Amino acid sequence: MTEILMRDGLVLAGILFSLGLVSLLVRRNLIFVLMSLEVMLNAAGLAFVVAGARWHQADGQVVFVFILAMAAAEVAVGLALVVQIYRRFKSLDVDALSKMRG
Amino acid sequence: MELAFYIAGAVAVLSTVLMLTRLNVVHALLYLIVSLLAVAVVFYVLGAPFVAALEVIVYAGAIMVLFLFVVMMLNLGKHSVEIERQWLTPGIWIGPVFLASVLLIEVIYLMRGTPAALGTGAVEPKEVGIALFGPYLIGVELASMLLLAGLIGAYHVGFRETKKAGKSIGDST
Repeated sequence: MTEILMRDGLVLAGILFSLGLVSLLVRRNLIFVLMSLEVMLNAAGLAFVVAGARWHQADGQVVFVFILAMAAAEVAVGLALVVQIYRRFKSLDVDALSKMRG
Repeated sequence: MELAFYIAGAVAVLSTVLMLTRLNVVHALLYLIVSLLAVAVVFYVLGAPFVAALEVIVYAGAIMVLFLFVVMMLNLGKHSVEIERQWLTPGIWIGPVFLASVLLIEVIYLMRGTPAALGTGAVEPKEVGIALFGPYLIGVELASMLLLAGLIGAYHVGFRETKKAGKSIGDST
C-alpha cells in the first residue's frame, strides 16, 4: 500500500475550509450561511482525523465525534431560528436582521 | 488507496465549489451531500471506518435531511432564485475570494516542510470506543448535555412562533 502524505490531507482540509469561508462571506441567504458553516466544521474535523491517522491514535476520531454532536445541535437551533426569521421578515436576507433593534 | 484519496478529495473540492455557486438552495444541498460523501471516502481511505460511517449516517443523512425539510417548509420558489441572482454580482466575490486564497496559499506554504507519511492500517471502532468511554467520558457527558440543550432550544424557538401565529390566524398552524 502506497503512503498518503499528511500534508495532502491537511491541504485538502485547508481548501475545504477556505471554500466554506468564501461562501460564508459571499452569500446573503441564511440557509447558505448555515451550509457553509457545516462545510467549515467538516473541514476542521477532517484535519483532526488526518492528525489521528498520522500518529495512529483514536483521539482524532473522538474529537470528530464531538464536532459532529456540536454541528447537529448548532444546526437544529440555527434552522429553528431560520424558520422563525422567515416567518417574521418574509425573507432569508441576512441584512433584514439589521432592522432588529433593541 | 492513494489514488482513491486524491480522486475523492478532488470530488469533494469540486462539489463544494459547485455548492457555493448554485442559485437554487435544493441544488446546493444536493452538491453538499455529494461533498460530504466524498469526505466520507477520504475518511475511509485514511483508516477511519467508524468516522466514515458516522459521516454518511449523521452528516449526509440526518443533518442534510433536516436542511431539506426546512427548505421544503419555507417553500422557496422561483422568486428566491431571482433574488439570489441579484445578490450574487461578480463584484461581491472579489474581496472574499482574494483574502481567503491568500490565507490558503499561506497554509499550503507552511505545510510544505512536513512531508510525513500517514500511518498505515485502520484505527478500529473498538479503539475509538475505548478512548471515547475511557479518558473522554466527561466529553461524552458534555456532548449529551449540549444535544439536550439544542433539542430544548430548537423546540422553544420553533414553538413560540407557531403558538403566536395560531392565535392570530386561527388554527391553521
